[in-house]
Amino acid sequence: MSQTVLELEKLTIALPSGADRANAVSDIDLVLRAGKVTCLIGESGSGKSLVARSILGLLPRPHVRIGSGRILFEGQDLAVAPQDKMRAIRGAKIGMIFQEPMTALNPLHTVGRQLDEVLRIHTSLGRAARRARVLELIDSVHLPEPSRIIRSFPHQLSGGQRQRAMIAMALLLNPRLLIADEPTTALDVTTQAQILYLIRELQREHGTSVLFITHDFGVVADIADEVAVLQRGTLVERGAAGAVLGAPTHPYTKALIAAVPKLVPPAPRPANTQPFIVEARDVAKTYGTRGLFGGRVTLALAGVTMELRRGETLGLVGESGSGKSTLARAITRLLAIDGGEILLGGTDIAQLSRRQLRPVRKRVQMVFQDPYASLDPRQRIIDIIAEGPIIHGTLPGKAREEAQALLCLVGLDASAAKRFPHEFSGGQRQRIGIARALALHPDVLVADEPVSALDVSVQAQVLALLADIKARLHLSMLFVTHDLRVALQVCDRIAVMKQGEVVEVAPTAEIFFNPQHSYTKALFAAVPGGTWQDRKAS
Amino acid sequence: MRFARYMGYRLVTALPVILGIIVLNFLLIHLAPGDAASVLAGESGAATPEYMDELRHKFGLDQSLGMQFLTYVSNMAHFNLGYSYRNDADVSSLIIERLWPTSLLMLTAFGTAVALGIILGLVAATGRNSWRDNIISLISLVAYATPGFWLGLMMIVIFSIGLGWLPTSGFDTVGAGHEGWAEVWDVARHLVMPAVSLALFYLALYARLMRASVLEQTGMDYVTTARAKGQTERRIMTGHVLRNALLPIVTIAGVQAGNLIGGSIVVETVFGWPGIGTLAFNALQSRDLNLLLAIFFMSACLIVIINLIVDVIYVMLDPRMEI
Repeated sequence: MSQTVLELEKLTIALPSGADRANAVSDIDLVLRAGKVTCLIGESGSGKSLVARSILGLLPRPHVRIGSGRILFEGQDLAVAPQDKMRAIRGAKIGMIFQEPMTALNPLHTVGRQLDEVLRIHTSLGRAARRARVLELIDSVHLPEPSRIIRSFPHQLSGGQRQRAMIAMALLLNPRLLIADEPTTALDVTTQAQILYLIRELQREHGTSVLFITHDFGVVADIADEVAVLQRGTLVERGAAGAVLGAPTHPYTKALIAAVPKLVPPAPRPANTQPFIVEARDVAKTYGTRGLFGGRVTLALAGVTMELRRGETLGLVGESGSGKSTLARAITRLLAIDGGEILLGGTDIAQLSRRQLRPVRKRVQMVFQDPYASLDPRQRIIDIIAEGPIIHGTLPGKAREEAQALLCLVGLDASAAKRFPHEFSGGQRQRIGIARALALHPDVLVADEPVSALDVSVQAQVLALLADIKARLHLSMLFVTHDLRVALQVCDRIAVMKQGEVVEVAPTAEIFFNPQHSYTKALFAAVPGGTWQDRKAS
Repeated sequence: MRFARYMGYRLVTALPVILGIIVLNFLLIHLAPGDAASVLAGESGAATPEYMDELRHKFGLDQSLGMQFLTYVSNMAHFNLGYSYRNDADVSSLIIERLWPTSLLMLTAFGTAVALGIILGLVAATGRNSWRDNIISLISLVAYATPGFWLGLMMIVIFSIGLGWLPTSGFDTVGAGHEGWAEVWDVARHLVMPAVSLALFYLALYARLMRASVLEQTGMDYVTTARAKGQTERRIMTGHVLRNALLPIVTIAGVQAGNLIGGSIVVETVFGWPGIGTLAFNALQSRDLNLLLAIFFMSACLIVIINLIVDVIYVMLDPRMEI
């Protein structure tokens, strides 16, 4: 058994009075060993990030503080260590990387300066020696042209590059422990695979102990040596990664793992031969400004053609910037397009005026990604749902009656009608969003990443609801997602998008077993924990 | 190189704005009923039509509107701003004479407001909800709500009439004949109260803005990153937060630098400060159109220049600004 680097002993983090529970986490026991990656996994609100921050003394005090317990590191108890002791440890002996590479770096300083800062704080190296060390680390995280990178500002790097720079910064002084708080959650799946590989590589090289905070079992399967599962502040299960993932003992762990969509295609369904309900023909869209003195133009859609059959679910899959959301919005005509046709039931709606669009709008409805921002916080649920039908001429009384029935249909209590959005959880809000979309009896439902902001167990419920409603109401659905696991579970056909173009369209099973385009193959290869569930099945 | 190109681009795009101001000025003159000849004739009591024609010919008013416009533009381009018959002096020399006191007042007030506002805001934000914060918030609330002219009058009552510490009005002591540092001291004593009454409102505004801005920035992720590096709180504040927090202040201060000209009219009148403000006020009362328009033109140009300076500062502060 390798050497213990850090040990949590009955760690309890107290929340301010008035929070939903007294302690964010209670009585956490955890041992982090040299050369091992320990994954702390939990859903949102489980307290996993607070555990990470408490180790470095970065809790948002005075409201949130360590209530009791010890954090043992090199013979010291970090829970009670004074600030100057903690400062000597932070960055030097314990490094940390964060979720959002966009905001974790100071936008006004060059990357080089921000790395250099660590050396200036903790060492007495001269300027040249510091620069050499910074370049060395930038090189070790495989960033191209280190001398150019250190002169760059954060906004000039991509998300993946920024996260690499963060990792370089955290490892400058060869810390014994690296804390990674959801370091790949904000990244695209192929970038995520590279970053995970990089962390693994550097960690093996230096024998660093890693505490990896995540909510994603796929990532756990890829990177973890040991796993600890956190449920609402309580550690319910821990052990070796193989054991916990392969044979979970606690019911919560079992339920979580069961909720992860399998990376297998659905049972083959009979081919859909219904007529097309939506057709996009050579749809083009560019964003940006053209000025007298030039300007920047981004090509979002480069002549996309796709069809959606009646009663079918078509998945639009791709990474950020691929144009999948733009296409979804173009089809709903929430976005004006620059060229091409959009046929809804055979009629072109691309060039209709606002007034002409009105009757068309109710035939295509949308479910949005962010359940928090997509409901008007000042409207009661019943009004949110009934607003659409009332606009389209339904009598208010009748519209509200139907809204009540819809609440029932999406699995919410009738009493929800009189309440406001902030009283609901993310999953419940997404149900409300679905009810709102259904209120107009649309032919086509466009769902733009409807489950990507939800925890995995809630995600499973919402997906089940969508499937059920679609079957019952004979809807056609355009399902935008970046998550191949979800796409495989929900879609009849999948269209893969890259840089504003559809590179491949095929039935789900076909695209899974026999992807044609190299990019499709790369996407499948990058899915975290790709082979884990296969192993379990065999 | 890129910076030079950006500056060139900004200067070129400023030209149409200036031209627009000139056109607007010209139209204002000609929209007003009557012309300079009838004004002069009216003032002298009576005039023959022949004398009026002669006057019109002398001022070029008998030419076509297009010709007159060209003459006007060319005059402007040569900084020939016309003649003030009221003051019996060249408009440009009148303005130049008043420019120095006004600039001194504006720059002092503006500098004080920005510098002190930033410092007070920073002090308030770093001791959030402490007694320091509460006192600064209270003072800025009061200063925010107090009209500048009232404050000026009250200061005259207290510091000049009551305590006799400071002079009530003027730019310097008339006839004292101070020279060197004695003169500087004399002007400074005259400057204190006008500058304070002009600055206080803005000072309060910037203090509140800065406080909010600093608090917003301290919640950002990069601050946590800096803490996780082992940086001290003081260095986090000075090295990371301060510059980020300054960006919104620069934007707002730039917009408001123009307002100071307006504000200075009231304050200059209260304190008898011989600046552009009192000049404009007098010109307005005596319908000295030439002078008024020249002041209008000059302050518009000043605002264009200030905007340019603000943009340059912004580009220097924020590398994300694409130039």
